[in-house]
Amino acid sequence: MKKQMQLVQCTVNGKKVAEYVDVRESLLEMLRNRLGLTSVKKGCEVGECGACTVIIDGETIDSCIYLAVWAEGKDIRTLEGLEKNGELTRIQEAFIEEGAIQCGFCTPGFVMSATVLLERGEKLSREAIKKQMSGNLCRCTGYQNIINAVEKVMNENTDLKKERKETGKTGSGNPDNKE
Amino acid sequence: MYDIENYYNASTIAEAVELLKEHPDARIISGGSDVLIKIREGKFAGTSLVSIRDIKEIKGVERMESGDIYIGAGTVFSHITKDPVIRKWIPVLGEAVDQVGGPQVRNIGTIGGNICNGAVSADSVPTLFSLNALLRLSDGKGGRTVPISRFYLGPGKVDLGPGEILTHVVIPEREYTGYHGHYIKYSMRNAMDIATLSCSVVSRIDAEKGILEDIRITFGVAAPVPYRCIKTETALKGMTVGEELYDAIEKLVREEINPRDSWRASREFRLQIGGEIARRALIRTAELAGGDRS
Amino acid sequence: MVGKSVPRVDAYDKVTGRAKFTDDLILDKCLVAKIYHAKIGNGIVRSIDTSEAEALEGVVKVVTFKDVPDHCYPTPGHPWSVELAHQDIADRNILTGRVRYYGDDIAAVVAEDEVTASRALKLIKVEYEEYPVEIHPRKSMYGSRPPIHLDKKDNVLARSNYFIGNVEEGLKQSETVVKRSYKTPIVQHCHIENPISYAYMEKGRIVIVTSTQIPHIVRRVVGQALGIPWGKVRVIKPYIGGGFGNKQDVLYEPLNAFLTTQVGGRPVKLDVSREETFCNTRTRHSIEYDLAAGVDKEGHLLAKDMMAYSNQGAYASHGHAIAANGLTAWRLQYACPNIRGEAYTIYTNTPVGGAMRAYGIPQASFAIECFMDDIAGEIHMDPLEFRRRNLIRGYYEDAYLKPIAANTNGIFECLKKGADYIHWEEKRREYSDQTGYVRRGVGMSLFCYKTGVWPISLEIAGARLVLNQDGSMQLQLGATEIGQGADTVFSQMAAETLHMDVEDIHIQSFQDTDVTPFDTGAYASRQSFVTGTAVRQCAELMYQKILDYAKTLLPNETRQLSLDHGYIYAQGEPVISLEEVAQESYYSLTNSSAITAEISTQVKKNTIATGCCFAEVEVDIKLGKIKILNIINVHDSGKLINPQLAEMQVHGGMSMGMGYGLSEQLLLDEKTGRPLNGTLLDYKLMTALDTPDLKADFVELDDPMGPYGNKALGEPPAIPCAPAIRNAVLHATGVAFHEIPLTPQRLIEGFVKAGLL
Repeated sequence: MKKQMQLVQCTVNGKKVAEYVDVRESLLEMLRNRLGLTSVKKGCEVGECGACTVIIDGETIDSCIYLAVWAEGKDIRTLEGLEKNGELTRIQEAFIEEGAIQCGFCTPGFVMSATVLLERGEKLSREAIKKQMSGNLCRCTGYQNIINAVEKVMNENTDLKKERKETGKTGSGNPDNKE
Repeated sequence: MYDIENYYNASTIAEAVELLKEHPDARIISGGSDVLIKIREGKFAGTSLVSIRDIKEIKGVERMESGDIYIGAGTVFSHITKDPVIRKWIPVLGEAVDQVGGPQVRNIGTIGGNICNGAVSADSVPTLFSLNALLRLSDGKGGRTVPISRFYLGPGKVDLGPGEILTHVVIPEREYTGYHGHYIKYSMRNAMDIATLSCSVVSRIDAEKGILEDIRITFGVAAPVPYRCIKTETALKGMTVGEELYDAIEKLVREEINPRDSWRASREFRLQIGGEIARRALIRTAELAGGDRS
Repeated sequence: MVGKSVPRVDAYDKVTGRAKFTDDLILDKCLVAKIYHAKIGNGIVRSIDTSEAEALEGVVKVVTFKDVPDHCYPTPGHPWSVELAHQDIADRNILTGRVRYYGDDIAAVVAEDEVTASRALKLIKVEYEEYPVEIHPRKSMYGSRPPIHLDKKDNVLARSNYFIGNVEEGLKQSETVVKRSYKTPIVQHCHIENPISYAYMEKGRIVIVTSTQIPHIVRRVVGQALGIPWGKVRVIKPYIGGGFGNKQDVLYEPLNAFLTTQVGGRPVKLDVSREETFCNTRTRHSIEYDLAAGVDKEGHLLAKDMMAYSNQGAYASHGHAIAANGLTAWRLQYACPNIRGEAYTIYTNTPVGGAMRAYGIPQASFAIECFMDDIAGEIHMDPLEFRRRNLIRGYYEDAYLKPIAANTNGIFECLKKGADYIHWEEKRREYSDQTGYVRRGVGMSLFCYKTGVWPISLEIAGARLVLNQDGSMQLQLGATEIGQGADTVFSQMAAETLHMDVEDIHIQSFQDTDVTPFDTGAYASRQSFVTGTAVRQCAELMYQKILDYAKTLLPNETRQLSLDHGYIYAQGEPVISLEEVAQESYYSLTNSSAITAEISTQVKKNTIATGCCFAEVEVDIKLGKIKILNIINVHDSGKLINPQLAEMQVHGGMSMGMGYGLSEQLLLDEKTGRPLNGTLLDYKLMTALDTPDLKADFVELDDPMGPYGNKALGEPPAIPCAPAIRNAVLHATGVAFHEIPLTPQRLIEGFVKAGLL
């Protein structure tokens, strides 16, 4: 057991980061312990609960089963990166409106899974939303209001798209929201 | 913090082979969803790792001029599902790997890892058996090609020599053209689960005549290794598509597979389910072929 | 403010990831502790050698069972009793050399980092003398050599019984007598945050920051476990990632406290893994029931008899209170002149049973409500009609524990709402004669549930309000937010009584036993009722104090003062702002006296909540799968303080109840008692994709006992789904299952036996 340190350079929540990490370290540990991003929660450490979900290059992963050294060159997003100067993203607001939050421990992971899903700009059935959200476990909510929140924002997005098409305006919506 | 003794990173196949030869006790790590968990559990604690994640040559899907489809071993499940080649030519494989764990795991787990860890519950494997897939193994020299049906040696044991790595899964053109497939994963949950039993049926049906011309039936978790139901396949070939055929597959599969009792499920239970999911998978392929006129 | 769906007061912090949980607060340079768990299921440690572990670089300290205090302590989150006879059973040591279940705690390592601690554990050498393992209570209760605990020779932790009327006579007079047996599984809470704590010493005292529902009880138990004055312990509770009763027990806090004392007070973190959470914390007791009942020609219950055998596992924890709670439920709600109940709680070599959401009632209710359907089947009566005939309408009280009473009783209204939603009569008819391999059915069940623990145990709560200079207030409570929304409803309550906006009530979300008023914590669906009473009294006191002080600032003849949204009114006219009053109270050169109000109150009342579940299922017989098509819970929990939060509680409870009925069970190896599936992969907690859409509805009766007309709501939603699903499967297939969960394996076996396959 040797302490093998390695430099990792990546982007975290839009900022360039350079950190020396232990090669044995998980991305979860790097984000929490070195960068102080404590929204990334540890629930099982084996990829079974989704509490540590972060977005890497546009895809969700469980940061507990991802080595920190693999973050080299990657674009990483955590919940801390969503809110900007007190302004929440629509899905964060919808979580509050729909009552999708209880103990709050699974919430960051769910919001990240929902964020990726909504940024794809697709309109999915409720069942398909459930499938895309099934990598995150919650014991408090029975998922009902979480799925409601995602569905609500998804409908708003597609309504918005329709509106834009009709009026011919491009709007200042989400840039990742492909039409 | 994972209990890892040494960590080596390879960015080419040659480098990977070199590192594996240099460190014969090191394990290959690709997506990590299997190896890291086993380190955490203690089974692999203290191991050294050779990472093949950065090898670009083994990522992605390509259909060659011959029509053969090459799937890089390092391709993650979600990319296979989304891949246009897979969706067009072998959608059954994309559907099968879309049933692995949950979305996050499908974004890191690779098809090569799924094959090489030797788990009998692997979601990609029954379909690869039913597609008569070939495995390209590299050893830094010429390498070799093995039919997947001969790759599994025993529970958790595969025919991967020291210093060898799986680079591609090949689906020859003749094995999928004219065929339709359907995979059923039977598990206790609809997500985040491993198969209690799984079955992939790939069939070729003459839709005009309503005849089952060819069929391949492969089970996961019905035997110590993935199991092709050759006897049943032979008996069914040439039958007319319809209830009689469906009754036959259900009955013959139950006679052929040999699942075991475990705390997860009993042998009797798996036999009941096995017959039924084979039946339903065949019905689905018949629907896809447009040959089920009942 | 009460009765409105105001957003959670912690929602913003939680949805931005700012809310701090224990692990988010851990100090740099915290040492890491790991526990050495026994690798046998029953026996004693013959020898233990820690020398290699101690020699490993980075290891700071290794302690074994030989190093810990040798007296025993109790762990359940009950209020302490000053009467010896009512004190909890003290049967635990911080570490033990007498292994009573697989995974028992023998030693612990404190190291500089996690990998070192894990490697050190592997270097500890233990030799055991093994005894036979017994995981079945009905075998264990005939004793073992040696007994699991020396003072309980027959392994029976406790037995209790009661008789109302004469059951033998009642059965004799009955037209039909039905006897059935039922069994419930061991399940686990599966809060997504595992138990975690860290401890250090400050000014000679131990400080423990921990994920608990019961900080004040943790303080007492740590004091008892270490044999130190309770004032030497300070417990801090940050946000917690769910508890569901598991954290209503003192888990590893005593060990964590002990470890910091062994390393000179340096901070030590004890992070419990998911596998340890399954094996080494607490579970819901598995209980077996033998029931008998007699009914007359019209379907009235004449007599009923319950025998219950509860599997306690290796240590007492909440012990017999769980089975006893079910025994009490057996005599409530349905009218019956002759009732007998008897329960045994039995030690076995299995993981420990403790408190879990609804405390013994999901078990009892499963048995009772399946039994009601089975009796109805015997006498060919619609199961809903059979229940209606036997349910007590209006007020009823417990035969023995008189303050426990249904002061309001909305069960008939609940049943009507549920039956209408599911189209009960129509679908009972439609699905009555099905053939084929896919069949549908509707089923239902109901329950009643006490609010708090009085008079079985003490109910005490405290509240403190502090008026700020701007007229806003701090609300400080010993009661805990565990995800259920307590902080929000307490804020609403205070705002209601003080005629203020919720935004002007600043609730302190972290408990600190040095600061927060005494309250026993989150359990028994007690807080909105008991702590709510304290909040109301405290707010009333504050209201009066504000007016009293305002009076000193106003002309002598000012009459009829009142407070409303920031202003003091006299005879309906605004006379001075609350802010001005507050400023004067702080800074008046003649008469300053900052205004605070504090209450510690004992609540000597109890009231019964009720409700039901209706479910429609589709059964795929050949695949052994159940699909829930529709499901609704209807609750009479009195007045709702926050309808949206109430609905959220019901959703979560339903999910837990469905898992209980369909898929959740902690399986144990027969030979060792080792959990076979103690991971979130193998323990089948429902995912989003397994969960049908959930419907929650309410009947709001104003309960005179509740501080705001409210009664129990937190736990009850977890009770009725499992039996409702089972009864729906019975309706669909005609096959009566007597044990949950209704796994595919169990279904297929049942269908084969019934000739459906």
